[in-house]
Amino acid sequence: MPSDDASPLFSERAGFGRRTINVLNGNPTIIPMLVLVVGVLAFSLIVGERFLHPFNLSLVLQQVTVIGVLALAQTLIILTAGIDLSVGAIMVLSSIAMGHLSVQLGLPPALSLMIGIATGGVCGALNGIFITLLRLPPFIVTLGTWSIFNSVLQFWSNGQTIRQQEIAVDAPILQWTGTAVRAGAAQLTLGSLLMLGLALLLWYILNRTAYGRHIYAVGNDPTAARLSGINTRRVLFSVYVLAGLICGVAGWILIGRIGAVSPLGGATANLDSITAVVIGGTSLFGGRGSIAGTLMGALIVGLFRNGLALAGLDVLWQEFAIGILIIMAVGFDQWLRRISA
Amino acid sequence: MMTPDLPRDAQGQLPILAARDLRKAFGRVVAMDGADFDLYPGEILAVIGDNGAGKSSMISALAGAMRPDSGNIWLDGKPVRFASPMDAREAGVETVFQTLAMAPALTIVDNLFLGREYRKPGLQGAIFRTLDRRRMRAEARDHLSQLGLMTIQNIDQIVETLSGGQRQGVAVARACAFGSRVIILDEPTAALGVKETRKVLDLIRDVRERGIAIVLISHNMPNVFEIADRVHIHRLGRRIAQVRPSELSMSDAVAIMTGAMEPPEPDPKGYHHVQTG
Repeated sequence: MPSDDASPLFSERAGFGRRTINVLNGNPTIIPMLVLVVGVLAFSLIVGERFLHPFNLSLVLQQVTVIGVLALAQTLIILTAGIDLSVGAIMVLSSIAMGHLSVQLGLPPALSLMIGIATGGVCGALNGIFITLLRLPPFIVTLGTWSIFNSVLQFWSNGQTIRQQEIAVDAPILQWTGTAVRAGAAQLTLGSLLMLGLALLLWYILNRTAYGRHIYAVGNDPTAARLSGINTRRVLFSVYVLAGLICGVAGWILIGRIGAVSPLGGATANLDSITAVVIGGTSLFGGRGSIAGTLMGALIVGLFRNGLALAGLDVLWQEFAIGILIIMAVGFDQWLRRISA
Repeated sequence: MMTPDLPRDAQGQLPILAARDLRKAFGRVVAMDGADFDLYPGEILAVIGDNGAGKSSMISALAGAMRPDSGNIWLDGKPVRFASPMDAREAGVETVFQTLAMAPALTIVDNLFLGREYRKPGLQGAIFRTLDRRRMRAEARDHLSQLGLMTIQNIDQIVETLSGGQRQGVAVARACAFGSRVIILDEPTAALGVKETRKVLDLIRDVRERGIAIVLISHNMPNVFEIADRVHIHRLGRRIAQVRPSELSMSDAVAIMTGAMEPPEPDPKGYHHVQTG
């Protein structure tokens, strides 16, 4: 057909289905956005006023803040097609560093805070060394370091909790993230605002800097990234360090949230952070996803728990619902990968 | 290093890219056994050879993806040593790998500038490292339209949603975009249907029109014979013949390639008479 031969290489005659797939592929936040909107509508119909009350919604934001920050770190790592099972342990270890150094050793609180966050960075660097230098799979490395960091934090804290009053006297800066800010009927904490600020910063890095694009490229197709002149191992290593630092910040926010420093927090935080990332539409295969999606994922989990609780359902059904959301999110991602390949 | 005494083509030009006596062994497997290579300005040179003949090794050496054990390479008459594809690229030798080396989840613009992004001028670029997205978009549009690839295309479309031919087009556009003088195309039509193959061949001709010399590695003999100015036949780790497509039938070329037929003119060391178009 000569008419076809004359048509340019770039011509688009895609059908509706293909166009929809293209849009979904290019905008991974559409689905979590829809789930969020539908969820809010459904719960406001079922539960009514109480659910939509600004105070309740701001409470949800407070509840998801710690996991939300960990999920931001987890997003960076999953974008590189990795996974970090140690984020929760890094967070608790950092918080113990902050508490121990300031309250028990009497170091200046601000310095202890810095060292605490840096501790997170060191943990991340350790993960990064195993993964990039020894080329071990992230799943196994972070399963191992999760165990290691947990024992270190038990040893460091001696299994003891540093009580709220002690911190309030010796190092109030550590509880700063728990400070409440009133905005009308809503009540936010500085920790939540810190999370939003961090999300904005990461969004900027991922979307407006070459480094951010390289993170996506490394996760999407490491060979292509390398052939394009990207030092893939350096990018990977830096991502684990950056994630570790963010976990350190999460440790600070954790202290603000619970007031005390406890070696017991964060047992489920690892998996909860992955849940938020996955529900937020970021692909476990790497290279696809967004910070906005992760925030939505964290909010979806929080809103579903809150809504189901207000509707009078038992906690076990909240877990049940979250489980279904995870499987649906991953199933959708798999399906999208298959049909767009 | 031996002084190059490189053969000139019919117009008296020296090869833009040349290699002499490249050798490479992987353990006991000899991939290159004294391979020679000449590419002249403005031509399309097809490299053909049976699987395992060592043409990939030679191309890898020319593209900087692999270091030969010995032998020399000249670009524009100057000896070069490429430690990486990036080295080769900076010197003006771009390679479009068979895998295209594109990240499918990133957009066309992202892929065109992957690894060589522009930052905004001034403090914003220097301190905040902000990408100059407007400039990259404009240039990407420019490059694609120069090659006739720009119709109604959305430059922010992700590469995965493009057809095989379109992806090849973007990869070729990327190779042309940065002032390169030599482009190596590795099996550019292997994954394409008939119509898209045709369009990609047209594209390769367009690139030649822009004065860029092209090395085309292909198994597709009809393509090779249609588009190449000269054909380099590789066998057992070295070049055994250089022919013009008009002087040889396709089946003879295949026979030489597989060793069923003697090459018309052997290509010993110091062979100076080169047929070019």
